[in-house]
Amino acid sequence: MSGVRVLVGTRKGAFVMTADGKRDRWEISGPHFAGWEIYHVKGSPVDPNRLYASQSSGWFGQIIQRSDDGGKTWMQVDNKFAYEGVPGTHQWYDGTAHPWEFARVWHLEPSLSDPDTVYAGVEDAALFRSVDGGMSWAELPGLREHGSGPFWQPGAGGMCLHTILIDPSNPDRIFIAISAAGAFRTDDGGKTWRPINNGLRSEQIPDPTAEVGHCVHRIALHPSRPSVLFMQKHWDVMRSDDAGESWREVSGNLPTDFGFPIDVHAHEPDTVYVVPIKSDSEHFVPDAKLRVYRSRTGGNEWEALTNGLPQGDCYVNVLRDAMAVDSLDSCGVYFGTTGGQVYASADAGDHWAPIVRDLPAVLSVEVQTLP
Amino acid sequence: MIRVVVPWHLRTLARVGSEVELDVEGPATLRSILDALEAGYPMLRGTIRDHVTQKRRPFVRFFACGLDLSHELPDAPLPDAVATGTEPFLIVGAMAGG
Repeated sequence: MSGVRVLVGTRKGAFVMTADGKRDRWEISGPHFAGWEIYHVKGSPVDPNRLYASQSSGWFGQIIQRSDDGGKTWMQVDNKFAYEGVPGTHQWYDGTAHPWEFARVWHLEPSLSDPDTVYAGVEDAALFRSVDGGMSWAELPGLREHGSGPFWQPGAGGMCLHTILIDPSNPDRIFIAISAAGAFRTDDGGKTWRPINNGLRSEQIPDPTAEVGHCVHRIALHPSRPSVLFMQKHWDVMRSDDAGESWREVSGNLPTDFGFPIDVHAHEPDTVYVVPIKSDSEHFVPDAKLRVYRSRTGGNEWEALTNGLPQGDCYVNVLRDAMAVDSLDSCGVYFGTTGGQVYASADAGDHWAPIVRDLPAVLSVEVQTLP
Repeated sequence: MIRVVVPWHLRTLARVGSEVELDVEGPATLRSILDALEAGYPMLRGTIRDHVTQKRRPFVRFFACGLDLSHELPDAPLPDAVATGTEPFLIVGAMAGG
C-alpha cells in the first residue's frame, strides 16, 4: 500500500512522520538537528529519498542539510549564500536605505525534473539555485536587480523570499513571492523577472495599488492548471486566471481574510484551503476556534472545516509554509500550528486528527506521497 | 598545540567532543585559530564568521584566560597560555534568547 511522509520543520528541530495510505497510525522520528530552527524541509518530486532541509540559528547562522535516504541520515552541504556583485540597498523599516544582508533560507524548492537542482528563497530577499545537490549555490541576480529592489521593504518577519512555484508545464516559468515586495514571475528560467501584482490592493502602503510593496504571504497552484494562482495576501485572498497578470479578490464569506497558508486540493483544481487568522495585530485564530476553510468553487464561497479541530480556547497561528496536501486518491491535507500540533485529514478536510500535539512551534509542513 | 572548546551546536555539526586540538601556523591569533579550525572542520565555515565579510557572528564570543577576546583585532597575538595550550580558547554562544 502506498503511504505518506510528512516533513515538519519547527523552532527547535525537524520531525519526519510516516504512515500508510490510511494515514491513521504514525511513526515519528526526530528531533533532527535538535535545538536549531528548521524553516523548511522538502523532498524532490523526482527522487523521494532526496530531501533538503534549511537549518538555522540566531547564533551560528545558516546550515543546509541533505538526505539521500528519506531522512534517515543527513549530510551537511554548502551554506555559502553570497549575493552576486555589490548587492546595494533596499528600504529599511524606517524608509532609509539598508544594505542587502543574508540572514537565512526560508524555503527550498527542489526541481520538478532533477533531484540535484534545488532553489532557495532567502532573507534578505533573493533567489539562489544549486545544480549539484546543494554542494554549491549561485544567486539568480536578475530578480534582485530587475529594478524595484531598492524599494522593497521587510515585513514584520524580515524581507524574505518564501514562495517558489515552478510551472510544471514550462520549467522556464517560475513564480516567487516576497514579504513585503509582492509576487514576481520569470519566463526565461530566472534570468529576467517582473512584478505581477496588478489588482492587489494593500491599504497599509502609501499607494495601495503600487507595483511593488505588497505583503504577499503565500501563493499556490494546481499542477494541471498552472496559470491559475491562488494567493493569501496579508489581508485578502486573491485569485489570478492569467499567471499573475491580474488578480481579483475571492475572500467571499471568510470570517477574516487575514492569514498565511493557502493550498490547493491534489485532484480538484478549484478546491482551495486557507486558515483565517484574526488580524495582523492578533496572530491567532478568530473566536478561539481552529477552522480550516475550504472553497470548492475556486474562491468566494467558503465552508468551515472543524471536525476534530479545537473549537474553544485555541490561540494558535498557522504559518505560511505550514500546510500541504498529499496526492493519494482521497486527498490528504496537513497543517502545523505555532502551538506545536500537526493535524492531518485523510478525507480532504472533512475530518481531522492530530498526528502529534506537543512539538515546538511548527514553521513548515510538507508531505510526500510514497509509492 | 592549541586547545579550542567548541559550543554544543557546533560540536554536533563537526561531530567532535567539547574540545579539539589544532596545530596553528605562526602566531596564535583569532584569524589563525579560526582558519585552522575551519580547515580541519569545513562544516563550521560560516557558523562562527560570516562567509563573505569574515566578521564574527554577533552572538558568538571568544574567551580565554578569564578574558573576553571577542573584540581583539583578527591578527593581534593571543595570550601565551593559549598559544602553548596551557589554557583553552573558548568559542561561546552568547547567552541570548531561548
